[in-house]
Amino acid sequence: MKKLLIGTALAAITSAGSAMADGHAVSACLITKTDTNPFFVKMREGAEAAAAEAGITLRSYAGQVDGDHETQVAAIETCILDGASGILLTASDTSSIVGAVTQARDAGLLVIALDTPLEPIDAADATFATDNFLAGELIGQWAAATLGDDAANAKIALLDLAVSQPSVGVLRDQGFLQGFGIDLADPNVNGDEDDPRIVGNDVTAGNEEGGRRAMENLLAVDPEINVVYTINEPAAAGAYEALKSIGRENDVLIVSVDGGCPGVQNIADGVIGATAQQYPLQMAALGIGAIAAYAADGTLPENTPGKDFFDTGVALVTDQPADGVESISVAEGMELCWG
Amino acid sequence: MSGNADDFEAAIKPPAADQVATFTERKGFLARLQHALHVNPALVPLFVLLVSILLFGALLGSKFFSPFALTLILQQVQIVGIVAAAQSLVILTAGIDLSVGAIAVLSSVIMGQFTFRYGVPVEIAVAAGLAFGTLIGSINGWLVAVMKLPPFIVTLGMWQIVLAANFLYSANETIRSQDIEQNAPLLQFLGSTFKIGADADGRGGATFTFGVIAMVAIFAFLAYVLKHTAWGRHIHAVGDDPEAAQLSGVNVKRTLISVYAVTGFICAIAGWALIGRIGSVSPTSGQLLNIESITAVVIGGISLFGGRGSIMGPLFGALIVGVFTLGLRLAGADAQWTFLLIGALIIGAVAVDQWIRKVSA
Repeated sequence: MKKLLIGTALAAITSAGSAMADGHAVSACLITKTDTNPFFVKMREGAEAAAAEAGITLRSYAGQVDGDHETQVAAIETCILDGASGILLTASDTSSIVGAVTQARDAGLLVIALDTPLEPIDAADATFATDNFLAGELIGQWAAATLGDDAANAKIALLDLAVSQPSVGVLRDQGFLQGFGIDLADPNVNGDEDDPRIVGNDVTAGNEEGGRRAMENLLAVDPEINVVYTINEPAAAGAYEALKSIGRENDVLIVSVDGGCPGVQNIADGVIGATAQQYPLQMAALGIGAIAAYAADGTLPENTPGKDFFDTGVALVTDQPADGVESISVAEGMELCWG
Repeated sequence: MSGNADDFEAAIKPPAADQVATFTERKGFLARLQHALHVNPALVPLFVLLVSILLFGALLGSKFFSPFALTLILQQVQIVGIVAAAQSLVILTAGIDLSVGAIAVLSSVIMGQFTFRYGVPVEIAVAAGLAFGTLIGSINGWLVAVMKLPPFIVTLGMWQIVLAANFLYSANETIRSQDIEQNAPLLQFLGSTFKIGADADGRGGATFTFGVIAMVAIFAFLAYVLKHTAWGRHIHAVGDDPEAAQLSGVNVKRTLISVYAVTGFICAIAGWALIGRIGSVSPTSGQLLNIESITAVVIGGISLFGGRGSIMGPLFGALIVGVFTLGLRLAGADAQWTFLLIGALIIGAVAVDQWIRKVSA
């Protein structure tokens, strides 16, 4: 009996092995910044579903906190050893990771940057991301159109991500200013604009606590702020609390980017005026598709025409549509939201 | 002093006041300062705090030197302040608690999730959060006191455990401010504000929150307890020399466990105040509270070697950090300057501490 069992097990192993060899077993890696942020949770769900459908083995790795660079490097090395066909990567440190990415590409892996472009962007084989500049532009245009003539006298607070100015934070901020009609000076740098309508920039770390503190700091500079750009919806919720504490929550326009479910719900409740929604599920599913195609016949993914990455789409969500700015309603946004 | 052995008159003469005065005058300014600081270690941070307020006030004028801006600083430091009060207790016993921030955040998540996920009445949910903080603190205390593990290691581990549990349990879901306001306003209680001297539109003026009041009350309460109760004396004694404390009849184990338990409880209060401060229940907040609280304690002049320091120091320490942060922000300086200056303050504070320690009783 025992022998029989061992024999069966051996047979199973060898047949599985040959099946893997025959099927040219495709495996892929997903490396995200953390596995706790709902955005990345949704991304992993999208990747898992797409991988199961395409018959690809997916291994997921994540840093412990946002900014955990070492864990991501270790994950890339594991994927190379593992013989994966490709890696989907949202990098915590977009320039330092390039060395490890190059190593993976030299080993024949397809590396696709999801959500966050590497620096330089062509360090990865392809980038599947939200057009963050366009996302910012949409909310900027919406804010300017909603204010109408008052846009000329607006007092703007810019609540950014971090002091180090990661690319996503710069793109959204500068996109917003472009959309609002403000001269950008250097479009690669936040805070170098000299338009008198800008009260100031401050950083939020993308959470409620930071959003509130940054808003308070800028309100101390000028209590008459009436337009607030925020890097994401948690920061927007924090900024709203700061405004509420001085009784100004109803005369300030807050705009944001992301499209998470609590954020979209906050539009319905009048906390945020409009947000630009992005689609992590789509990013991951497309990424897995690209790895499957590459594993099959070496096809490389192509960029969206006119851009140096593949645009996974963005939509403005608001219940107060403005003339000349395309948008979807909160109800539609709720159906597409993540987290 | 008289030099005459036969001068018996001198022995019965009351000590002359002028003689004592001559003696202290000869001690010199520095030595007297050193002595004053030895007796009152909170004087240094208080002095730095006042100077920095005056400095930024002179530099920025009414923008900084207004009731609004100054009370804003209080609001911004309330969470760190409360946690620093808890941290001080542990550091007075020559320990350290790295898990304070994680305990605060998970306690706030428990208060929120108990209310919204399980539909528990909000009063009970808050009590459960406070009880949870106390429980984790007691476990820390038991591991330190009974298992004799170093506090740094115990709380390093507990920090990771509690933080991971926080993300697993909450699935990193935020409970929105609007939902809390509608269904469980008690969670935001410590964030309720009241104003003194605001204009007709409710703008400007000194703004206080119950969280700020709670912070000040906790410090005042601990200051009383540490000075005037046996428990407070035991904490100092255990921090100074646990063996001597044991020999003189102090129950070292029980004192240590109770200190960590109280620390956990105060951290849970900080978690409650955190909900009031940011409106929502957010599992990602408070990540740096352990480092920030240790910073406040060190700048506040409490010795990391235990046993010495005034509990009011960390309050001043937290306020100094708040003043620098807002002041430099209003002055338009890069945020990194704040960290650089705070780093210098930490090293300066420890240097002063070493100097004070040299005082020969």
